[in-house]
Amino acid sequence: MSDVEIKTLTMNFGPQHPAAHGVLRLVVEMDGEIVERCDPHIGLLHRGTEKLIEYKSYLQAVPYFDRLDYVSPMNQEHAYALAVEKLLGIVAPERGQYIRVLFSEITRILNHLLNVTTFAMDCGALTPPLWGFEQRELLMEYYEGVSGSRMHAAYFRPGGVHQDLPAGMLDSMDAWIKQFYPFLKDIESLLNTNRIFRMRTVDIGCVTAEQAIDWGFSGPMIRGSGLAWDLRKSQPYDVYDRMDFDIPIGNTGDCYARYLVRIEEMYQSVRIMEQCVKALRTVGGPVRVDDRKITPPRRGEMKDSMEALIHHFKLYTEGYKVPAGETYTAVEAPKGEFGVYLVSDGTNKPYRCKIRAPGFPHLQALDMMTKGHQLADMSANIGSLDIVFGEIDR
Amino acid sequence: MEDLGKHIVDTSGAATGMAVRLGELMLETKPDQVLALLKFLRDDPKCLFNQLIDICGVDWPEREKRFDVVYNLLSLKNNQRVRVKVQTDESTPVPSAAPLYSAAGWFEREAYDLYGIWFSDHPDLRRILTDYGFEGHPMRKDFPLTGFVELRWDDTQKRVVYEPVKLQQEFRKFDFLSPWEGGIPHELPGDEKATKS
Repeated sequence: MSDVEIKTLTMNFGPQHPAAHGVLRLVVEMDGEIVERCDPHIGLLHRGTEKLIEYKSYLQAVPYFDRLDYVSPMNQEHAYALAVEKLLGIVAPERGQYIRVLFSEITRILNHLLNVTTFAMDCGALTPPLWGFEQRELLMEYYEGVSGSRMHAAYFRPGGVHQDLPAGMLDSMDAWIKQFYPFLKDIESLLNTNRIFRMRTVDIGCVTAEQAIDWGFSGPMIRGSGLAWDLRKSQPYDVYDRMDFDIPIGNTGDCYARYLVRIEEMYQSVRIMEQCVKALRTVGGPVRVDDRKITPPRRGEMKDSMEALIHHFKLYTEGYKVPAGETYTAVEAPKGEFGVYLVSDGTNKPYRCKIRAPGFPHLQALDMMTKGHQLADMSANIGSLDIVFGEIDR
Repeated sequence: MEDLGKHIVDTSGAATGMAVRLGELMLETKPDQVLALLKFLRDDPKCLFNQLIDICGVDWPEREKRFDVVYNLLSLKNNQRVRVKVQTDESTPVPSAAPLYSAAGWFEREAYDLYGIWFSDHPDLRRILTDYGFEGHPMRKDFPLTGFVELRWDDTQKRVVYEPVKLQQEFRKFDFLSPWEGGIPHELPGDEKATKS
């Protein structure tokens, strides 16, 4: 019998594939059903956000951050707002900080609900997304309540938040929180011991703690590998140091551990929400810095104050100048460490605004994670990475 | 933080300068020293910057060495960040950090794609974010915001065609740099009399 030459099969995956979570194109080299190498081709959603920000004033740059990772918009605004505040040398007022933490956690739940449920869908379960998206709608109503927009809120501004919460929102949140605990239990009952889900995720895509550090992981990805690292605890910003919450970690570093971490993070986020709602009932005061050279005046003021009118006009055309300097400011976004490296040259536009998206290094490690797995495990791996192409391609 | 910076400059011998601004530690070095410095930062027991957070380029076209390559490192152990800066130009390569940090691969590809910074000994230095067959380096300050080509679906040829950018209206860039002192603490002319007396 003559020798048979076995060639690896090169296969194209995406860019229009439902399990690719967006526009991911993978060139996969396969030996039968086993993945030998996968090369992600990204950039299909590249919009040049960083370049555009260089041509806009500091305030006009805020909405671009909503459109990066479009399932966790406010966390990204948070990083940008903190970076600009650091360069300006201002601190948001206490009430503004509480509102920002409250909405950061709402955003975290929004993001994890989307990820956990669509991850389940990648593994063959259709019910979790149907249930989860209903809760997402309820949360997006809070977005709409404060900013008028369900997703692209542009609500966190340098100096605080754009406006105070509408009346009655805290009561409505209390009611939402009460019904969310049983809901999460329901989701857990659907998946935790689900045989198909566990067969698809346990021991798939294992990442050791050393690998997680080496590949620049952060967020649930590094916690799933057993490292208790959370910027909200280690480098707290705004009022996170006053919040009481725990950091869940996984032991095994596989897809199932990352799923469990995200579920537990939602419980912790609701805990933080409860504390914020309680605090916001007593903490009063302004929600943004009272400096007319940075934050615009209220509409009512402009009706009878010439000064206010001038400030409004100047802030929305020229904007404010930021002292020269540079900073790298990071927040714990739902997907991991979201950082903004902001360089100012003293004018009204950022000189350079590098956006460090957590999904970028995570996706880079996909090759390492899927090597030796079957093709079907690829979609489980991609699901557990929690990637969104808005932030990876920028 | 000052002490840590001094320790790094003195012990590693690879850093040419340090500064602490806005509570952030910054180091400077030269392209041929950067690997030695990164290795020191990763392995020295006082530093242990074991995670590479980010590599990015910054363009200063009026400078002779126009690019800054900025490395942001994080120490999970010491909960400390550091920023390393290297100056380079269009032709001088910077050694790739990929042997030290696996995460460096894509960040360096991105800096190469957007700025045209060369990284020597990089395992796979291809474009990453821009289109297949893209020409130029879009994040350079001399690259226009509107770019050079646009594409559309041509119904007669049944394929996507690339054409030079046609704009109905020129891109407008307003110069708003008036003497209005928004944001920066300031003193109005004449105010100094009030504070002096």
